[in-house]
Amino acid sequence: MMGVLEKYILHLADNQLILGQRLAEWCGHGPVLEEDIALSNFALDNIGQATLLYKRVAEIEGAGKSEDDYAFLRSEREYFNFLAMELPNGDYAFTIARQYLFAEFYALYLSELTKSKDTFLAEYAVKSLKEVKYHVQHARDWVLRMGDGTEESHHRIQQAVNHIWNFTGEWFMDFETDIELMQSGVVPTNSKLLPKWQNAVQKTCLEATVVMPVSGWMHSGGRNGKHTEYMGHLLTPMQYLQRAYPNSKW
Amino acid sequence: MIQAEDIWQFLTEVEDPEIPVVNVIEMGIVRDVRYAQDKWVVSITPTYSGCPAMHAIEQDITELLSEKGLEHFEVKTILSPAWTTDWMTNEARMKLEAYGIAPPQKGSSDKALLMGKLRDVKCPRCKSYDTHMISQFGSTACKSLYKCESCLEPFDYFKCI
Repeated sequence: MMGVLEKYILHLADNQLILGQRLAEWCGHGPVLEEDIALSNFALDNIGQATLLYKRVAEIEGAGKSEDDYAFLRSEREYFNFLAMELPNGDYAFTIARQYLFAEFYALYLSELTKSKDTFLAEYAVKSLKEVKYHVQHARDWVLRMGDGTEESHHRIQQAVNHIWNFTGEWFMDFETDIELMQSGVVPTNSKLLPKWQNAVQKTCLEATVVMPVSGWMHSGGRNGKHTEYMGHLLTPMQYLQRAYPNSKW
Repeated sequence: MIQAEDIWQFLTEVEDPEIPVVNVIEMGIVRDVRYAQDKWVVSITPTYSGCPAMHAIEQDITELLSEKGLEHFEVKTILSPAWTTDWMTNEARMKLEAYGIAPPQKGSSDKALLMGKLRDVKCPRCKSYDTHMISQFGSTACKSLYKCESCLEPFDYFKCI
């Protein structure tokens, strides 16, 4: 049975891996060369962070697994990423809307995580925060450019923000299984991050002339391994090689 | 008996695979060399979490130390303290500039940049400050793409983290 801390770190790692996999899909398809490169760089940050986190899970589990075992040899219900990470990229506006809203959340989250009582998590947070600050800056820039751009770009980014909004609630839920970790100062209390996140997003929306959606019913399930219909389709090409040729190496 | 100083000296032969004019010591990637229990432990730290050069660096160090006759050693990756461009030596900065990459400016994180303001970056070719950023991300995660308005050449700027 996996312990609470390992499962929590797995959740952090899965967010990074799945978002990284989605961003990597843009490689060779970006709207302009610079953006293609930027998104590939973010994917690299995400997958690099996932590697660090999976390695740590392997250490705690002590069952001799590698980061690749976690990435490639689990089935859908064993992934604990937020649903927003697995949603298809859509158009560039959707990719940017997700990128912005999540990076804004993750920067706040990591700032809190730097104070973790768990040495590894604190070190991970300090390292990753440096990268995520660049992600926020890049995505925010594009939200402004599209929102305050042409009629078409404004329409697209507004649609994108509306579409993803119901998937952001999950980021600020406090899960019962994590209460102990929260109380002992190992991980932040996500619900407490909500007001700061809303403020930051509101500020960006105002500047971008985008209407910030009103929060209502929210999708959730990723933390419990219950995914959208898109997850299986994401995992299939990602895992194919290791499934078809077990233990193959570069 | 090999001393830690010898190993530090050996490691100056390991180049950064992406920027072969600087070595891993000048880049600040090697953090510690010490003898623990029965082996040498060389601690390295990644510049970026996903930097693909790290695997190559680890391999290069392993090969080099084996060539130098070391039998019992380990190359370990550590995360803390997190790597910062402030650890790059002045010599490394000069070599970068000569190589055509604008070196990172002192004062770790690019606060001005993150606040939406751009720093004045000097063109490594003609030394003009009349430059502007084309893209936050260049050929690698650690570099931005700039263009010089004076000599019209595009160039990489090693951004601060």
